[in-house]
Amino acid sequence: MWSQTQELEAKESRGPVRIVARATQMRRSFSSQNTKVKVGIILTLIFVAVAIFGPILAPYDPSAQSAAQGASVAAPSASHLFGTDQLGRDIFSQVLVGTRTTLLLGILTGLIATALSVLVGVTSAYIGGLGDELLSLVSNIFLVFPALPFLIVVLGAFPKSGESAMILLLAFLGWPWGARVIRAQTLSLRNRDFITAARESGESNFRIIIFELLPNELSLIAASFVGTVLYAIGASVGLDFLGVGNTTTWSLGTILYWAQNGNALQLGAWWWFAIPGVIIALIGTGLVLLNFGLDEIGNPRLRDSNSSIKVGGRRVRPSDPTPVLIGEAAGFVAKSKSHKGWRSSQASTDETTGETGEKLGDSVSLVATIAGSNGELRSDDAMGSGDNLIKSSIEADAHGSTSERKGA
Amino acid sequence: MKFLLRRIGFYLVALFVAITVNFFIPRLMPGNVVESLMSKYPTLKPQAQHALEILLGIGHNGSLISQYFTYLHQLATGNLGIDPLQFPTPVISIIKAALPWTLVLVGTATVIAWVLGTLLGIFAAWRRGGFLDQILPGLSFIQATPYFFLALVLVWVLSIHFHLFPSQQGFSNGLSIGWNGQFILSALDHAILPALTIVVTSMAGWMLQMRNVMITTIGEDYVLAAQAKGLANRRVIFSYAARNAILPSLSGFALALGFVVSGTLLMEIVFNYPGIGTQLYTAVTSNDYPLTQAIFLVISVTVLVANIVADVIYVVSDPRARSKGE
Repeated sequence: MWSQTQELEAKESRGPVRIVARATQMRRSFSSQNTKVKVGIILTLIFVAVAIFGPILAPYDPSAQSAAQGASVAAPSASHLFGTDQLGRDIFSQVLVGTRTTLLLGILTGLIATALSVLVGVTSAYIGGLGDELLSLVSNIFLVFPALPFLIVVLGAFPKSGESAMILLLAFLGWPWGARVIRAQTLSLRNRDFITAARESGESNFRIIIFELLPNELSLIAASFVGTVLYAIGASVGLDFLGVGNTTTWSLGTILYWAQNGNALQLGAWWWFAIPGVIIALIGTGLVLLNFGLDEIGNPRLRDSNSSIKVGGRRVRPSDPTPVLIGEAAGFVAKSKSHKGWRSSQASTDETTGETGEKLGDSVSLVATIAGSNGELRSDDAMGSGDNLIKSSIEADAHGSTSERKGA
Repeated sequence: MKFLLRRIGFYLVALFVAITVNFFIPRLMPGNVVESLMSKYPTLKPQAQHALEILLGIGHNGSLISQYFTYLHQLATGNLGIDPLQFPTPVISIIKAALPWTLVLVGTATVIAWVLGTLLGIFAAWRRGGFLDQILPGLSFIQATPYFFLALVLVWVLSIHFHLFPSQQGFSNGLSIGWNGQFILSALDHAILPALTIVVTSMAGWMLQMRNVMITTIGEDYVLAAQAKGLANRRVIFSYAARNAILPSLSGFALALGFVVSGTLLMEIVFNYPGIGTQLYTAVTSNDYPLTQAIFLVISVTVLVANIVADVIYVVSDPRARSKGE
């Protein structure tokens, strides 16, 4: 709910509470303990860099056969980092060039398909009625349509169709997943107060969709884009592996096609198929992990898998019952790491949709209030003073009521 | 009831679309079977072309609409034509020979993967930050691995390197298909690697989905209430949290099935498994349009049927779906 937060900020006073909360939130996003997402971002960036600079850095022409007559597979060595195939072609160069082809295909497909998803999803939810029924029907039919077999059949019949045909077909078959999710989100947003307010103030539908609705769906749209790229890469690699794609250009799937056709397995040339395969899996891993992060923006409960806290010397996981502390020494001991965890789920209230945020906000503010009133809060977090925590509890209350308003 | 009626209506429309797309596939393809047959057997005289068309029943006579009705009639009577490349075998008998292999293999492996993945997902969610959560990045790696690549690796390591399992075909050469011990043992032996491929690759996805839904469910008040009542953890996990968390997983089962089927098509080709995937590949590469068309139809219908089954299970297990629709 980015635009909403901004709205709130503009309306409400910019008092110290807000500023402190902002500062902690910023600090948290940088010192985030979420290694998964970090790994995902790093992996993705590495392969995007390979796709951009790879072909320039390639030491050989990927199709150049070795000068030596009767050249055959060679294991990785200093001159051929990833070894060579049965024609003496350098696999390292093939991978560098192929990564660009595969990634570019994935990204282009993702862009086209996501644009379609947004168009269909938002339109469907916004117009409602018969139009919605029809568009949903079309999406659902595409969902049960066996895309890959269809592509094998069609591309197999047109062997010279090339990459652009594959991109268009993959995008044409790949949009319904995103459309479904975006439709659901739009449905839940379109009756919120801020949309009604925009409509009452006479804004055009187009403007409402572009400036009010879409900004609130950005994380969802991004997740759907990443998911589509993942699907496109998987499908294109499979099609290339079968040889129904374009076998004359180098892509990661094409390398595997030649490896399979050149009997890499029987020759024991593991580098020929294992290296490109692992690279495909690593690109995919990067995207999957990236999507974890995007999912967590949308669903705060998925955050902070280590969010167990220590209360009275016992580890308490979020799934455990609320601990009851007996005796006068029932100080609230929160370790810096864990209480960061709690707060981050609290801060999420401004991004989450009604219900979830409301509950989380309430429970956290309760904890924070108890801790604060006890006056016994001990923490090794440099900035996490009791003062701060009380302030954030006020924040949480404010957000709790905001979400209530939103949900109503 | 309204929900079921709506779904039935949807499946009828989806079936109609699948059948219609299938009708147009060979009509949009360059060339036709007779041409590929003529080039395969150069001894055939050009005059034979018309005779072949009549023989194979693929002459496109009449308007498109009358062709469409002829096609519907043929489908209704189970007549999918005669395969030109394995003349005079009817296409339907080729499919009948290949389909059980795929159904048994993919069906069994998918159910195993789903059960294992869901159970692991339940425990990963319950023990947030525990061992299962630590290996999540590793799981994403497995999830991102293409089926056929894992198949290649398994063949290379377990079959070529350690000679543990056969790497090709669905049963040993020289055995005849039948209900005898020798054949069944051989078929099982040949099915282990392909099944392992499906289980390993698809399990991660089920686990991640179940984990994510379960985490949301665990935060619900009724789970807290169950714990407050002092119920055993086991009971809370399975009868309260997982029971509700499993619903999206069930409805997702149907959608994910499309991916599993697609993935296994490629995997079959690596193992040269005698199922639908290998047949489709052979048919496509040899321009065998009648067979291609028939297999595509079979795949579409199978995915639809699996969706219906998943829907029925969903309706049975979720009272909300029964009372007020979706």
